[in-house]
Amino acid sequence: MVMNTPGSATLERLDVTFSALADPTRRAILARLTHGEATVMELAEPFAMTQPAISKHLKVLERAGLVSRRRDAQRRPCRLAAKALRDATNWLDGYRRFWEDSYQRLDDVLAAMRREEGDPSMPGEASSDGRRGNES
Amino acid sequence: MSDTRPVSVVTVGDQEVVITRSFDAARHLVFDALTKPELVRQWLGPSTWTMTSCEIDLRVGGRWRHVMTGPDGEQMAFGGVFREISPPDRLVSTEAFDDDWTGGETLTTALLTEHDGVTTLTTTVRYSSAEARSAALATGMTEGMSLGYDRLDDVLSGLSGAT
Repeated sequence: MVMNTPGSATLERLDVTFSALADPTRRAILARLTHGEATVMELAEPFAMTQPAISKHLKVLERAGLVSRRRDAQRRPCRLAAKALRDATNWLDGYRRFWEDSYQRLDDVLAAMRREEGDPSMPGEASSDGRRGNES
Repeated sequence: MSDTRPVSVVTVGDQEVVITRSFDAARHLVFDALTKPELVRQWLGPSTWTMTSCEIDLRVGGRWRHVMTGPDGEQMAFGGVFREISPPDRLVSTEAFDDDWTGGETLTTALLTEHDGVTTLTTTVRYSSAEARSAALATGMTEGMSLGYDRLDDVLSGLSGAT
């Protein structure tokens, strides 16, 4: 399963990205930016938060390379750096896929255990000795 | 058969990954499946690998160790110590790979809640550092996975839905 080890530069970038994603407000900001550019004022609107507070979150996202800001005179709209986010979520997706595979097999194991217990709602043969499944 | 239930994987803070999944079974069954070797070896690990050794000494301070063999004969061994055992709702253990490359052991907390015959398993893996977590996530990646840009909305709504 462990076939190659990423270099430390990649790992460092992932750290920064995951830390950036770990905050629900920042995730909500990213979600808003998938619908297009927005200024700090527009981003602050849905939150009970001041613009400086939103700006702090934006700085974290910029440092993580997830958001870029155009130098448009005063407004400096923010946009999503989609590739960076896609790269970060690829990592999570692989981790998730590992657990999906294992848990699907666990589904089958649990179904067999329920039949063993003589669970009446499970189709298939129950264990003939009628033993209850509370071993310890 | 019903559709497969989804697995949620989210990062929390700098060092944790939380994996959540529900199962159509009572809690005590899920707890058994997590802690009995003859059951664990039937489901844990990549589908192309086999668990060739599974030892579990289920008591506080007891050790556990799994050895997995891959399709080309490569081996991976990992294990740890139980810190808390509270059936059927809580299990806390440490874990480290024999050939540790992530820089430290992890602390895994499994919480089980049951409602209407459905058990939700919430597993929090706490890594020894942010770097260790990144390394684990990076090598958890399977080859050939890429998200289309048009799925980005789904991913973000999934992320913002998980706290």
